[in-house]
Amino acid sequence: MMRFLLLFSRQGKLRLQKWFTPMSEREKKKIIRDMTTMVLARQPRSCNFLHWKDLKVIYKRYASLYFCLAIENQENELIALEVIHRYVELLDKYFGNVCELDIIFNFEKAYFILDEFLIGGEIQETSKQMVNRSIEASDMLQEVRCAGTHSHTQHETWLASVV
Amino acid sequence: MPAVSKGDGMRGLAVFISDIRNCKSKEAEIKRINKELANIRSKFKGDKALDGYSKKKYVCKLLFIFLLGHDIDFGHMEAVNLLSSNKYTEKQIGYLFISVLVNSNSELIRLINNAIKNDLSSRNPTFMCLALHCIANVGSREMAEAFASEIPRILVAGDTMDSVKQSAALCLLRLYKTSPDLVLMGEWTSRVVHLLNDQHMGVVTAAISLITCLSQKNPDEFKTCVSLAVSRLSRIVSSASTDLQDYTYYFVPAPWLSCKLLRLLQCYPPPEDGAVKGRLVECLETILNKAQEPPKSKKVQHSNAKNAILFEAISLIIHYDSEPNLLVRACNQLGQFLQHRETNLRYLALESMCTLASSEFSHEAVKTHIETVINALKTERDVSVRQRAADLLYAMCDRSNAKQIVAEMLSYLETADYSIREEMVLKVAILAEKYAVDYSWYVDTILNLIRIAGDYVSEEVWYRVIQIVINRDDVQGYAAKTVFEALQAPACHENMVKVGGYILGEFGNLIAGDPRSSPLVQFNLLHSKFHLCSVPTRALLLSAYIKFINLFPETKATIQEVLRCDSQIRNSDVELQQRAVEYLKLSSIASTDVLATVLEEMPPFPERESSILAKLKKKKGPGAVSVPDLEDGKREGGELNGGGERGPDSAAMSASNASTPSPSADLLGMRSAAPMSAAPTSAGSLLVDVFSEAGPAAPSAAVNDDGFLSSAPPSEDPATLLSEADELLNKFVCKNNGVLFENQLLQIGIKSEYRQNLGRMYLFYGNKTSVQFASFTTTVSCPGELQSHILSILRATKPVEPVVEGGAQIQQVLNIECLTDFSEAPLLNIKFRYGGALQNLSLKLPVTINKFFQPTEMTSHDFFQRWKQLSQPQQEAQKIFKANHSMDTEVLKAKLLGLGTALLDDVDPNPENYVCAGVIQTKGQQVGCLLRLEPNGQAQMYRLTLRCSKDSVSLRLCELLAQQF
Repeated sequence: MMRFLLLFSRQGKLRLQKWFTPMSEREKKKIIRDMTTMVLARQPRSCNFLHWKDLKVIYKRYASLYFCLAIENQENELIALEVIHRYVELLDKYFGNVCELDIIFNFEKAYFILDEFLIGGEIQETSKQMVNRSIEASDMLQEVRCAGTHSHTQHETWLASVV
Repeated sequence: MPAVSKGDGMRGLAVFISDIRNCKSKEAEIKRINKELANIRSKFKGDKALDGYSKKKYVCKLLFIFLLGHDIDFGHMEAVNLLSSNKYTEKQIGYLFISVLVNSNSELIRLINNAIKNDLSSRNPTFMCLALHCIANVGSREMAEAFASEIPRILVAGDTMDSVKQSAALCLLRLYKTSPDLVLMGEWTSRVVHLLNDQHMGVVTAAISLITCLSQKNPDEFKTCVSLAVSRLSRIVSSASTDLQDYTYYFVPAPWLSCKLLRLLQCYPPPEDGAVKGRLVECLETILNKAQEPPKSKKVQHSNAKNAILFEAISLIIHYDSEPNLLVRACNQLGQFLQHRETNLRYLALESMCTLASSEFSHEAVKTHIETVINALKTERDVSVRQRAADLLYAMCDRSNAKQIVAEMLSYLETADYSIREEMVLKVAILAEKYAVDYSWYVDTILNLIRIAGDYVSEEVWYRVIQIVINRDDVQGYAAKTVFEALQAPACHENMVKVGGYILGEFGNLIAGDPRSSPLVQFNLLHSKFHLCSVPTRALLLSAYIKFINLFPETKATIQEVLRCDSQIRNSDVELQQRAVEYLKLSSIASTDVLATVLEEMPPFPERESSILAKLKKKKGPGAVSVPDLEDGKREGGELNGGGERGPDSAAMSASNASTPSPSADLLGMRSAAPMSAAPTSAGSLLVDVFSEAGPAAPSAAVNDDGFLSSAPPSEDPATLLSEADELLNKFVCKNNGVLFENQLLQIGIKSEYRQNLGRMYLFYGNKTSVQFASFTTTVSCPGELQSHILSILRATKPVEPVVEGGAQIQQVLNIECLTDFSEAPLLNIKFRYGGALQNLSLKLPVTINKFFQPTEMTSHDFFQRWKQLSQPQQEAQKIFKANHSMDTEVLKAKLLGLGTALLDDVDPNPENYVCAGVIQTKGQQVGCLLRLEPNGQAQMYRLTLRCSKDSVSLRLCELLAQQF
């Protein structure tokens, strides 16, 4: 089972936090601090896995953003790495060339997409098509309001620039 | 696809987020947020009803603020309102807010549950999924209570949409993990297993997580899942990469589901059904074969997914541990990965091989990779990979390669990362001990360890080397020679000085024959390090010096000179000063015989689990130090320092030196000295008992406690205090001689005499059997505050003989001094081996406050005058109690005399009553006591009244005496 997923920038700014088990705010803050310092200190081209307490931490950098996923000890590291990648693909499909700004300005969407993909720390649906279909379906339900857009400054396409 | 034009943008939210991003400082950000919070608060409180959109927007802003790390204490009600909105987008934001900011407010939970219940019964799959996600996200007990029975129904109902089934399965899993007692097994359970056969891969993927968890808890009920899982796996493994359409991930068919299936099978032993097993072995072989095929894609995702399945299959093979062929193939595959260019694969191969090393079928195969692993330890750039390599070396170590592995680990230590040094040190120490064929190699290794990584050598490690040297005579000479050489280095680690001080103090004589390491040379070498060391080490060295005086009389003058110099005898550290003073006196007054007895060689340490291994286990958590651990659990040697856990004991021992808490590195002769009556600053005026057996009972300041003097090995487990111990104590209130204790093995007799505030107690230990008692030791301790500020010093004038022959009796003398009044009794702990079994018993020594009575004769007039003077209520203690023994006059008189007081005739107007007077002598003060005992023969009752100049004495005496009549 997955325990938590954190997205943070190279500067250590937290962009998304998902906790799959109940945790106090204090604990969360401590974990966030531990994870950002630990992961940001890693040398480039190190392996993507770390041991932390009784958990395995799987992290991967996409452009300016780090994805950091903690899994229980008996879980499979490589498949967890692909959980991260699949989530990136889902975001990319939804936003189209997703970048950090998309997640900042549409954080609620990032959470909705994650909920369609993972529930309670387990995978609900691995098919990209199926996940997208349910997101599209819910978008269809939304009334069309002002379509505020923002320009993609600092745009980097993650899938092309995996570090 | 256009960016962000999806759904409805919330312009206000986007503006707010931009504002926050444009803030130049944390303060500006907080200011902006507070402004926004005030705005939202006023909107929520305002008279005008907000429309759904505004409500959604503000709730979303609150959520954003919360996720930035600020506290949010309102808005929950508005979020709950959103839940019941008919507009999907409003409902969705409401659920998100609730999921992220759960509040245990029960009122709110009820409202939330209500909204969820409505959505679950709405038959609208999108709404149902939202509700299920929320339950899974919050996962609280209250939610489990409300929905644990509803969700299984949704899960197995025939008309439930696939997407809802998926959410329901994982939602149920979440509730089962939170509150297993609320999720009741039932008719639905068998249908859940059959979801493994579902046509929809997404349903299988979600359901299998639930099934795995349920199988772990109730393996028998879910046994049928094994064959279903095998056939599902077999279909996936044999499918072409395009068969599964969107469930194929970078040309790998259903990697997540495959991993989950392999994981589920690890909850069970190998299938018993031959056909199922054959099919499974085929699958595993196919997976291993595929690893050899050229990749279908260059993308890392392809190889990751493929290898994820491969590693999971290897885990299953290791779990079964019954197919030698597969185990060896797995090992070879991992061997290839050890040299793979992908760091991740090298890391995982090292990790996986660690578990493979513990299988008897593959242990040898793993060992063939030793050179690669050593190379990884030396050359990997990533510390986590090097860490895995070190773990694997530890796991693959056995007698055949121990020397090589230990040498490599030692040389790696010189450059190892700080973060893993301590663990490496422990591992080296354990391997060196476990696989030591000759102990000189062991000693070399540990000394090297101290030299290379002294700072990381924990106390357990150097305690351990001393334990082993003490317990093995064959290595003692070598150890002495080696530490002597190691100490020659101009800069040597303090831990080396500790080991050197201890070993030369005990075994320096073994190398003293060589003029290059003559006693004086040894001493000078040790002393040259003295000034660079910390207090605990210096204390240890002082103990080594006094041992030197005993071992080598020719060093006496030099060492006394050192002890006598101001920097020792007037050291500002009480511990050091006390040692210097006492050792100096000891060496100048005690006869050589006494000295030799006091400073006898340490007895062997009892066998027990290695302290280092315990430490490593603690560090790594259970199960982490698997391999060498499994091979054999028992190890030789004993805990060196009776265990750091003995804290309370040694703390009590040192409590008298309030200014210097006992150093924690204390061991062996180093435990803090016993309480001293004199203030530390006046140490020069201490009276030091010279351990002479004859002569008057000199007021004695104990030199040290048991650790040093009676050379008792540190106690391992506290002996249980004999249950009748208090009765024992009562038996001796009014008498001084008798049998203190007797069982089938041992009889302890006691004779004691007291004068003023001093006492002497003779203990006779009689061996009632025909077999000798070995390692016979006795320890006297004063529990609790008795030690620190109340009683007396109890000190064995001489340690007991370590061996009590069958039928023989040995004697021990204790000197006692009463410093001030007390109420607890000191404890006597006796340990010995009777035919191999360790006997351990503790008794209360019958030392009670009344022993220090001086009888006082006085007239009736004087008595009543004093009686009146002691009229404050707390000075009096009174008890009315039933007679337990004969009320015969002569018996009573004998008892009252035995108490130690003067029995006064013609004082009380009632001749039936008894009155007594006495003074209790303590070092610091005298306590006058008057006693009146009024028997009532008819009622068989007594009334006992005590008046003393000190309240605590009245109470204690009253307590003691009420048991006597």
